[in-house]
Amino acid sequence: MDRNVTDRWIALYVENEVGVLAMVSGLFSGKSYNLRSLTVGTTERDDISRMTIEVESDDITFEQIKKQLNTMVEVIKVIDLTEVKMHMNEIMYAVIPGIDTEKKSEVFRIAQVFHLKPIDIDEHTVMLLSSLAPDKNDDLVKLLKRTFHRIEITRGGAVAVESLNNK
Amino acid sequence: MDITGRKLFVRALQEEGVDTLFAYPGGMINELTDELYKADSIRVVLGRHEQGVVHEAEGYSRETGRTGVVLVTSGPGATNTITAIADAHYDSIPLVVFTGQVPQNLIGNDAFQEVDIVGMTHSVVKYGVTVRNRDDLGRIIKMAFFIASTGRPGPVLIDIPKDIQIQSGSSEYPDTVDIRGYKPISGVHIGQLKKAYKLLSQAERPMILAGGGINIGHANEALTEFVHKMGLPVVTTIMGRGAIPTDDPYFIGNLGLHGSFASNKAVSECDVLFSIGTRFNDRITGDLNEFAPHAKIIHVDIDTSSISRNVVVDVPVVSDAITALVKMMEWAKPLKIQSWIEEINNLKSEYPLEMKKKKETLCPETIIDGINTCFKEATVVTDVGQHQMWTSQFLAMRKGTKLITSGGLGTMGFGLPAAIGAKIADPDRCVICITGDGGMQMNMQEMATAVTNNAAVIICIFNNQYLGMVRQQQQLFYGKRYEITCLRRRTGCSPDCKGPSDACPPYVPDYVKWADSYGVSAVRVESEEAIIPTFEQAEKVTKAKKIPFLIEFMISSDELVLPMVKNGSPISDMIL
Repeated sequence: MDRNVTDRWIALYVENEVGVLAMVSGLFSGKSYNLRSLTVGTTERDDISRMTIEVESDDITFEQIKKQLNTMVEVIKVIDLTEVKMHMNEIMYAVIPGIDTEKKSEVFRIAQVFHLKPIDIDEHTVMLLSSLAPDKNDDLVKLLKRTFHRIEITRGGAVAVESLNNK
Repeated sequence: MDITGRKLFVRALQEEGVDTLFAYPGGMINELTDELYKADSIRVVLGRHEQGVVHEAEGYSRETGRTGVVLVTSGPGATNTITAIADAHYDSIPLVVFTGQVPQNLIGNDAFQEVDIVGMTHSVVKYGVTVRNRDDLGRIIKMAFFIASTGRPGPVLIDIPKDIQIQSGSSEYPDTVDIRGYKPISGVHIGQLKKAYKLLSQAERPMILAGGGINIGHANEALTEFVHKMGLPVVTTIMGRGAIPTDDPYFIGNLGLHGSFASNKAVSECDVLFSIGTRFNDRITGDLNEFAPHAKIIHVDIDTSSISRNVVVDVPVVSDAITALVKMMEWAKPLKIQSWIEEINNLKSEYPLEMKKKKETLCPETIIDGINTCFKEATVVTDVGQHQMWTSQFLAMRKGTKLITSGGLGTMGFGLPAAIGAKIADPDRCVICITGDGGMQMNMQEMATAVTNNAAVIICIFNNQYLGMVRQQQQLFYGKRYEITCLRRRTGCSPDCKGPSDACPPYVPDYVKWADSYGVSAVRVESEEAIIPTFEQAEKVTKAKKIPFLIEFMISSDELVLPMVKNGSPISDMIL
């Protein structure tokens, strides 16, 4: 059987209550689902939060994950984003320390190409803000690692929302 | 008018029609138990350990079909319930478990008897929550009873901090509750069911696999009628035992690791497997790649997450068992499958399910036959282990028989308290607890609960002086190295012991003396002739004295549960 293990995305509407995040993440660890990323924030309603979840799984496990999430009383709605057109971005900070002027220009060149924002700087360090899609951030991290001696990366996890023109 | 949380708590139980509450007291529920003192309509049963208390509520629920209700205190009172809550979760038993909690201003301080019980239990409850606002108390209790008893039933845990119990607030207890994240399934998708029926009706070698969902959903008669109308062979899981009477000509046997030869072979050779109310647990399927390899599988279940979880299903139908069966009855026509039925009957006679009798020792099958003979109507509650498998193989399930057992979690210590709970629920019914000498010792403190609550259970201990289920594995697969399974073993025994001899130390405890200390009559049975008279005596004494009766059946240490499938093997590959 083709296991078809791949990255998949879920948007989850949940009750904005104490302990719900722990219950959702606990489901993933308890049942050995491979959780790649989970972000959460409130919606236009104070009592409802929305999560963006990335999992790596095969087809059968993914169906089971959606069903298990649906059985949770605190889960209001499960949306499978895998086959849906969506906007997806991730906040990522990249700090490049210990660089000379020449390397600094290199940082700015990369920032320009990737549409990154230099948001902080001192004599030997530059901090960049990226809000690219997570796979683009992956590429960026690889490039920075290759180019510079040392980097510090802080990633926020992906937030996804369905496109307006989904049929 | 505003009332305190403790008053609303009792009022809520009354509105829910709770007649029996299984409880153990403690500091963080003093307010609630004090309020219960004034409520005459609710019988409060005091157990002797919180695990036993919850098993008692499980037995009560299985006997009545109603939700079992539990009240325990915070901290250790709460943590002691977890095993039994997990048991209820796996076997779909509706429970509402109330735990006391330290006042909210102390939560997080590692206060005396504070634990995060909601966090600890969330993977084994259907829903669990701490009440954080007094105004939510009524709605949350209503939610708890609704969630526990609808859809696939299960345990719900409500944690009530002490300040909520004291605080005043609305006296209202809602009649209904609307939960946006919980919509239990009602009805059935007719198109999907038709597809299932069509597949079944075109089968040449069809088989019905009935699980515990039939018993929980009270679909026994509907299933029996449907099976007779179409002439279909039926196998059951352990939890589904009794889905149709075991003397029904269409009943083949249990399926699974200790299933009958005919059942396992027939399922391995069928072309359509119509399964209903089962989870396809690994104890049923054996090696998944070899499970029903020639069959299209239809799966009817109320729980969507149970479908296509363990086996890939060709036609899924999300429905309550009875709804689906009643609808299909309208379409049912007899199938022409005579040669298939004959083939199965040949398998049945090739290796009939029976134990080999040894001359000098009691045969477990004979003991269970004694129950079949003496008790026409009874609830039989088992513990977990060899005796449980023998019971599931040989107990005759008739219209008046009910079998209560711990299937999914396999909780040793379940038997005695669950039997007590069943007897408390239905004092006029004969309740028999079949347990092992290992499992008995896991919750034997509940004997006091039985005595003090007139729970006149007939307790049958199958004493083989070993933890037999594991011993059996050691005997067959681990070179007879009986590590930590001999209950007679003491300091000073030979490190290389390969089994019992005349030099073995005496068994402890002496169950007859132990029972006597509770004022309970007990008999040790060592001969076949004594079985029936002892059961007759037990029935008479329990009826007259309204306290338990204990029978210790001395059986041989090396009795095996057969047939068996080795872990990980296909179910057709049986040790006979």
